[in-house]
Amino acid sequence: MSDKNDKSLLEKMEESQVWKSIIRSGIPRTRRQRMHAILGSVFLHLHPARLPKHAVKVGYTWCMGGLSFFLFVNLTITGILLMFYYRPTVEYAFTDIIDLSEQVPLGIMRELHRWAAHSMVLIVWLHMVRVFMTGSYKPPREFNWGIGVILMVLTMLLSFTGYLLPWDQLAIWAVTVGSNMARATPFLGNEGPGAALLAIGDINLIHVGSDVRFALLGGRFVGEATLLRFYVLHCIAIPFVAMIFMAVHFWRIRKDGGISGPL
Amino acid sequence: MNITALKSLIDALSAPTISFTILTVIFPFIFPPSDWFEKIHRKSGLWRIWTKLGGVIGMILITAFFVIGYFDPYFNKTLTKADNFPIVLMIYSMWFYIWLGMFKAYRNDIRLDQGLKPNEYNDPDDKVLVWPDLVYIEFIALILFQVFLIVWSIIVAAPIEEPANPAATPNPSKAPWYFLGLQEMLVYYDPWIAGVLLPTFIIVGLMAIPYVDINKKGDGYYSFRERRVGMFIFMYGWVVLWLFLIIIGTFFRGPNWNFFGPFEYWDIHKVEALTNVNLSELLWVKWFNQGLPSNILIREGLGFVITGLYLFILPVVLAKTYLKDMYAAYGPTRFVTIMMLGLVMLALPIKMYLRWVFNLQYIIAIPEWFFNI
Repeated sequence: MSDKNDKSLLEKMEESQVWKSIIRSGIPRTRRQRMHAILGSVFLHLHPARLPKHAVKVGYTWCMGGLSFFLFVNLTITGILLMFYYRPTVEYAFTDIIDLSEQVPLGIMRELHRWAAHSMVLIVWLHMVRVFMTGSYKPPREFNWGIGVILMVLTMLLSFTGYLLPWDQLAIWAVTVGSNMARATPFLGNEGPGAALLAIGDINLIHVGSDVRFALLGGRFVGEATLLRFYVLHCIAIPFVAMIFMAVHFWRIRKDGGISGPL
Repeated sequence: MNITALKSLIDALSAPTISFTILTVIFPFIFPPSDWFEKIHRKSGLWRIWTKLGGVIGMILITAFFVIGYFDPYFNKTLTKADNFPIVLMIYSMWFYIWLGMFKAYRNDIRLDQGLKPNEYNDPDDKVLVWPDLVYIEFIALILFQVFLIVWSIIVAAPIEEPANPAATPNPSKAPWYFLGLQEMLVYYDPWIAGVLLPTFIIVGLMAIPYVDINKKGDGYYSFRERRVGMFIFMYGWVVLWLFLIIIGTFFRGPNWNFFGPFEYWDIHKVEALTNVNLSELLWVKWFNQGLPSNILIREGLGFVITGLYLFILPVVLAKTYLKDMYAAYGPTRFVTIMMLGLVMLALPIKMYLRWVFNLQYIIAIPEWFFNI
């Protein structure tokens, strides 16, 4: 038999022009190929090619940072699928949600989205606890901890804006309770301390139709405009901001000396 | 002891006045921030919480609470709400991971005492390849989590209630669970503090941690004793002032935001005596036996003095006396930042106790300006 026939299908595939054009270094078998597998992939090169041993242990990292990012991607995908069926209007929002579970094949997309969202809040919190308990915020990583705090706040705001979209009693009243607090913002809320000072003569600049709560809700109550506003915040605005902060977060992990560890 | 007696005991213990006090008092003995607390922590055997046995007992207690709760007709209603399941997960996972962190920290503390490197230490030249050593772990983790999410999604339907009706306010109206700590703070502070000021301080305070913590030890491995003060403050803020308030807000707050024990019926007609008074009323009406002065600043003068003393004079006094060494080590900017953040954080439990003990509504009450503290 010739050598040629000894080759497995996989090996033959590996030699083809198509395969070589996609994965330059072949199936990662040697040390060099394995390093290249990480360096050559746009997705995997978030990682360094080599890590200290403790860094790959679940017991050290709890995998929480990675899971947070995984959940963000997961929520983006299920969110996009939900957007195909959902119309953010007072007229359709609620019935579209009902249809999601009753008419759409594989109707657990909303469940996946909601439970992943709750999980993400929890996992981001646990990530913070882990980073605190290992003292990983200490110099030179202090700036990245701050970025992480912002990402945690964004996670909660994402979850909060999404809470309104089903447009049921649970949704509007939870958001009413939450956004009522904005009314009391110092200087900028119509029931906030100092708001009365922002006046020209007798004309108050901050009133119920111009304060920060009005800006958030797009009206005096949680209504049609609020639904659209929260929809845009939830699907576009906050994810956009979060992605920028995530890029900085991941970049800075590498630039600040990679994962923390004992010296 | 029969189960009914146990339930009423838990009901009584879970009242914020009692449960919060127990937690606050016991907390420094669980996360001892000084030698004195450490000594009692060791002697009383509380350190066993952070052993394997402690971890298992914690899990069993949590599970017992939920199992009893599940079979209780009243607690069942709160517990089995689909959106409350994350809280159950929160209680389990927070307990498990904080335990895990402390377990590892204690093991490292012993190693450090013996002059050894922490468990996490490896020869810096002895690295592993990310492909496959990390990539497969990540892959397994995400597959497992995805499976968990799919199973959860199949078993539990996402909640959907009646269509939105702006005319029918549910009682109680609750924010999403992760904001219930803030909603619980509304009991003690006005919205401009509980809903705006304190969240801002929480965010700024968290971001300030790396800049005010000058302790270089404990970076990159689990440890406790080297950074016990920092750990104590963070854990108190996180577990008691954030997570525990969320638990109260979720499980123990019923109609009209009244307190109900977990096994109590949510009686919509439960009447709580509202006898809260303001400091200015106490001062002028009760002690001086006269009407409130018409000048707002005179009326609330005492409140302003107390608040000013607390926020601006106390740090100065501390810097000169009790915390002299700390002031010298941290320098003025860090010291003032820590004091401001710390005093604002402490202001929450202080106000809670002022409310519970003296029925105090506001220290400074100027509703005319929406300025109540």
